[in-house]
Amino acid sequence: MSNPIIQVQNISKSYWRDSLEVPVLNGISIDVQEGEFLGLMGPSGSGKTTLLNLIAGIDRPSKGNVIVGGTDITKLSESNLAKWRSHNVGFVFQFYNLLPVLTAFENVELPLLLTSLSKSERKKHVNLVLDVVGLGDRVHYYPKQLSGGQEQRVAIARAIVTDPTLLVADEPTGDLDKRSAEEIMTLLERLNSEFKKTIVMVTHDPRAVEKAKVVHHLDKGELS
Amino acid sequence: MKVFKLIFKNALRHKLRTFLTIIGLAVAVLAFGVLRTVVDMWDEGVNAAAVDRLIVRQSVSFIFPLPYSYCAKIEKVHGVESVSFANWFQGVYIDKNNFFTRVAVDPETYFNVYSEFLISPEELETFKKERNSCIVGSGIAKQFGFKIGDVIPLEGDIYPGHWEFVVRGIYQGREKATDITQMVFHWTNVDERMRQEMPGRAGQVGWFIVKIKNPSQAAAISEEIDALFINSSDATKTETERAFTQNFISGLNSLLMAMNFVSFVIIGIIMLVLGNTMIMSARERTREYAVFKTLGFSAGHLVGLILGESLLIASLGAGLGVLLTYPIVAGIEAVLPKGIFPFFYITPTTLILAAGAALFIGLVASIFPIQRALRTKVVDGLRFAG
Repeated sequence: MSNPIIQVQNISKSYWRDSLEVPVLNGISIDVQEGEFLGLMGPSGSGKTTLLNLIAGIDRPSKGNVIVGGTDITKLSESNLAKWRSHNVGFVFQFYNLLPVLTAFENVELPLLLTSLSKSERKKHVNLVLDVVGLGDRVHYYPKQLSGGQEQRVAIARAIVTDPTLLVADEPTGDLDKRSAEEIMTLLERLNSEFKKTIVMVTHDPRAVEKAKVVHHLDKGELS
Repeated sequence: MKVFKLIFKNALRHKLRTFLTIIGLAVAVLAFGVLRTVVDMWDEGVNAAAVDRLIVRQSVSFIFPLPYSYCAKIEKVHGVESVSFANWFQGVYIDKNNFFTRVAVDPETYFNVYSEFLISPEELETFKKERNSCIVGSGIAKQFGFKIGDVIPLEGDIYPGHWEFVVRGIYQGREKATDITQMVFHWTNVDERMRQEMPGRAGQVGWFIVKIKNPSQAAAISEEIDALFINSSDATKTETERAFTQNFISGLNSLLMAMNFVSFVIIGIIMLVLGNTMIMSARERTREYAVFKTLGFSAGHLVGLILGESLLIASLGAGLGVLLTYPIVAGIEAVLPKGIFPFFYITPTTLILAAGAALFIGLVASIFPIQRALRTKVVDGLRFAG
């Protein structure tokens, strides 16, 4: 077996509510291989989103290390971590989190503004990924003019436009009807199988998790 | 897609709110501009006073006259170039609201000491020759339609009776700040009539205007002039024209200070209004800022977005406010009696202050939203329900 692209090493995470320490994750260790599609399941409050956030570098563990592509991201400064995220991680959120004042094209173009690509190169990339997610004919639509499933596809296009190493998805079907959810999961599966994207996905949805190659269950901050 | 486009789109996200904020800013800048213009015009009146002119007045108050005979003695003081004199005539031109400066002067010397009053030699010569003639400033000539040859009737109050003066000249101002609202006529004409009707008031002048050769000698010359009359029944007080003007308007100082204060209070209030708008906007966009951070945008990018939006709104408000200030000030100038302000215009300083204040407002209004956006952790921002 090849070296894992993600190594979660004995991480713990606690939050503070006033003076009360609330433990969320307790000594979790996971390895994720390159090109894997990992599903994280568990009841609410089990810590799966927290684990996803730690892997994606938008939160820091109280203890332990997270190594992604050979970089220990727990050691990076805030600005370096932001830079690292822009190059290595694509995010798909439950509620899409598109900017309502921007068109589908402009939303997808957003991460490319941090690169040195020219306007024409950006346009080429954006059109390409919008075609991949099947929205080549909706480039100038605003989020409010799109259905939930289409919005999520724009969010996926935004997540993959920089060709990141890792794709993280937090309940990507949580706000969608059954049919749209099915389409999104098919799209994610295609990104994994066809474009070899490593995907870590948190979900409650048993149908969604069927697409994952590996599934971990979390309960009360521990892998079960 | 450029960052400015995003700033612009964000600013227009709540069109009504942004529109009302811009209107609020514009009204504040307009009010600031008008109030500052009023204060500036008073200051300009003082600043326009020449440095090489002294005013000699009665030591108790300038409402008391001085003997005309002082003129010859003052002329002999070392450093004095020329001396003129004037009497406040007042009177009423048709209606009491038609207020402008009306003074009886020495026609031979008055325009020498006030070299900023520009008049053609021909008109001045005619004025000197005709005892019932007068010269008017171009400001009141325009306002009241006075032309050469017109007769201006005045009903006297300080100098009772009906008076008529023929316009023989119209003077222009050399500078923008020059007073072009005076009507001047022969002191001898007034004095002669006083001699006949009220002999006790003959041979008196209101004040002397002394042009000196060297402005740095002003204090010494003033002391010397006052020393000449210190033991007489009409002791004098000699001061620079600027000090004299300041004393003349000292009663309005409190009002001017209040106007000055209010102009800055307005800026403070509108700062709160824009600050509130920006805080609301930033709060609504907490999750979006978290998304920006998640995508790898730096703190600098967020500062640019929020500050840019705040400055954009402030600039639009300031621009509109400044544009509106011009016609409003012109309108005020048109309806104000000319004598109240010898001149009324927006100074470049007022424009710079208004624009600077608006940009300062934009900057300050963005501080709290920026602080909030930067302090909020990504995970907290993404959870924000708004």
